[in-house]
Amino acid sequence: MLIDARNISLDVPDMGHQVLIGHRRRLRILTNVSIALKKGETVGLVGESGSGKTSLGRSLLRLYAPSEGQLFFDGQDITHASAAELKPLRRRMQMIFQDPQSSLNPRHTIGNILATALKLNGMDASEKSIAAVLDRVGLPSSTIRRYPHQLSGGQRQRVGIARAVAVKPELVVADEIVSGLDVSTQAQVLDLLRTLRDEMGLALVFISHDLSVVRYLCERVVIMRSGGIVEEGRTPDVFAHPRSEFTRTLIASIPLPEIRPGWLDETATSVEK
Amino acid sequence: MPRDLRIWLGGGFILFLILIAIFAPLLAPFDPLEQDLMAATAAPGVEPGHWLGTDSLGRDLLSRLIYGTRIALTVAFVAATLACLLGTTLGLLAGYYRGWVDAGVSRLVDIWMAFPPVLLSILLVAVLGAGLTSVIVAIVVIDWTRFARVVRAETKQQARLEYAEAASALGMGRGAILWREVLPNVLPVVLVLLSLEMGIAVIVEAILSFVGLSVSTDMPTWGGMIAEGRQIIYQAWWVLVFPLGALFLTVLAFNQLGDGLRQWLDPMLKR
Amino acid sequence: MSPVIDIRNLSARTAVSPILRDVSLSVNAGEVMALVGESGAGKSTIAKAVLGILPTGIKVTGGNIIFEGTDLLVLSPPKLREMLGVRIALIPQDPLTSLNPARRIGNQLTDGLRLRAGMNRKQAFDKALSLLNDVHIREPERVLERYPHELSGGMRQRVLIAQAFSLNPHVVIADEPTTALDVTVQKQVLRLIRDMQREHKTTLLFVTHDLGVVAQICDRMTVLYGGKVLEQGVTAEILANPQSSYTRALLAASPRYDQPEQSLKPVPETLIAELKREIGA
Repeated sequence: MLIDARNISLDVPDMGHQVLIGHRRRLRILTNVSIALKKGETVGLVGESGSGKTSLGRSLLRLYAPSEGQLFFDGQDITHASAAELKPLRRRMQMIFQDPQSSLNPRHTIGNILATALKLNGMDASEKSIAAVLDRVGLPSSTIRRYPHQLSGGQRQRVGIARAVAVKPELVVADEIVSGLDVSTQAQVLDLLRTLRDEMGLALVFISHDLSVVRYLCERVVIMRSGGIVEEGRTPDVFAHPRSEFTRTLIASIPLPEIRPGWLDETATSVEK
Repeated sequence: MPRDLRIWLGGGFILFLILIAIFAPLLAPFDPLEQDLMAATAAPGVEPGHWLGTDSLGRDLLSRLIYGTRIALTVAFVAATLACLLGTTLGLLAGYYRGWVDAGVSRLVDIWMAFPPVLLSILLVAVLGAGLTSVIVAIVVIDWTRFARVVRAETKQQARLEYAEAASALGMGRGAILWREVLPNVLPVVLVLLSLEMGIAVIVEAILSFVGLSVSTDMPTWGGMIAEGRQIIYQAWWVLVFPLGALFLTVLAFNQLGDGLRQWLDPMLKR
Repeated sequence: MSPVIDIRNLSARTAVSPILRDVSLSVNAGEVMALVGESGAGKSTIAKAVLGILPTGIKVTGGNIIFEGTDLLVLSPPKLREMLGVRIALIPQDPLTSLNPARRIGNQLTDGLRLRAGMNRKQAFDKALSLLNDVHIREPERVLERYPHELSGGMRQRVLIAQAFSLNPHVVIADEPTTALDVTVQKQVLRLIRDMQREHKTTLLFVTHDLGVVAQICDRMTVLYGGKVLEQGVTAEILANPQSSYTRALLAASPRYDQPEQSLKPVPETLIAELKREIGA
């Protein structure tokens, strides 16, 4: 297993709880979650807001330390590893963020952003090298001198992808990277991601609320709700025979671009939110 | 363009003042300390060469204004910059590292700000003894909190954004993230605050010299001139009005510069 | 029978570029019409033009918006304001920012009723209560006392729907009302909108980028690109047999969970170039 999370639970300070001095009350964000990926595998993490999928993604990269449970990367126990111990591993596990607007430093040029990523990991940060990285994601070398706000949403997302793959990682966590993109831009970005994944043999954790996109990209899928895993399995199986009622509800809630009279009136669940 | 106009006007005036301060000996028609009791309280233009008139001791007003620029600008630049450095550093640390650092700095700011500023500055200078250094120290000691508060809030906000997280995911150390990633995004706010603080420093110095607590009384300061002019306002309005005008224009210039900077730096991100 | 909304040759632009190019479309009474397009297509702009709430940078440069026989574009602001809320209402996109965070739900819901329908406080609150019931909010008396941030996204959107229908408007414009919601909540909210529309026999103009939503709730659809109408007609017909290559491309680029073998095709560069030429960009 490349990445192996066993019985992970995560508590975070409850920011809604005011204190004058001392510790805040903790909120449990993840409860007893286990997930593992082999090299080259793609897993989709699906859930609605508050499901914990984003927190799980970040936990897998040890951006948060789990409150309970263990995390292994390529056989090494990194559950409580220090920043120094994690540093050499960082190059091997990368993240692509959802909002390219806030995940790219608005005060740095694209060239600067990519150079930082390369330099931090002891790689060639020359202009030639950066241009090559940009070329891989389909962006011209003139992008080097531009600022994030000068690019379109799709272009920014490509830069985010470029930053993650520039250091040649083995594991990539993509956190809702196509939400908020037009359907045509989304298709381009997904295409790009698929190509890079296949070329580089990446293990990919694809976080999304969009089941249709996950179906398209991931061979395995994990359905999350309220900080726990509700169902998981090979994608075709989960879609053909969903075992959990929540999964059935999720699938039934997706409107397809095809007239289906009566779809709107079907209720898999009677819980009105 | 109206946006850049404020920067040009404000900045231009400040530059003009800087030049005046530097070249004061060349520009001032008279020695600012030289008394000429025969030409005392002369209205502007009445006595030859005294274009802005003279004060009760016959000293040339224009020359005193020109030399007064030196004190005003020295205090403005030095005091504001030091207050900025102190406050910004503490604000950055509090906003970024949070936890006990933040708790400590925030409580310190709260307590500090509970003292009435003008009273505190007068007290400080009275204790330290009058003089330029005391004035600067007083301003720094009081006004650093202004920077700390704003910078802390801005740092907290910026540090939460994903680019800081991305840097962390790339393996950047916390200190490096604060310096390389967060600080450049906090800088615009700091710059604006700095230019406003300079205007405030000029006023505080004027207040202190008004009450006689600033530099020694023979060096001309705008505040001191205002104090003198206040007493003979009905006989010689010019002794009060001109230094007041100089003060007003200077503070206005700093504020316009600050305002213009704020507008200029902000849309740059959105354009 | 003349259409309730008849937009003819509407054009609008900002200082630097055109936003709407000669848009014509009509909506009949009781119909649900979709305005579909990607971001920048101009669908929101059309909606805002009808409501008279275009942002300051955008100016209408030509055309008419005929609403029940009156051209909205030549109406004076006071007369236009008279219509808003009472004859035309809006369900806005972002439930978080569309409700005033500093006021309780009850007060916000009763504003319109007291200002425009002349109700006193008690009548307005009673009506607000029944409205919340209509939108299936549980414990409506308690919700009236709450502040927006105390409600979930889905509940806030229901409140906004209640508000939109509160004065029994002839036309409701829904501007991407479910885009910010979880998909399970979206289905419930869509169902609610459809039910309210049927019950009040309102004409609905539905702005969205989601072809799936269009298929399930809209009788007719208008496809927009770069401010120009590319295709218009009955939803069922267009989806089964799209005339415009852009519509076909959009369908080909939309992932479908029921078609696992599909390969997502991004809209080809050649098509985009051709479209840009066609609309004169």
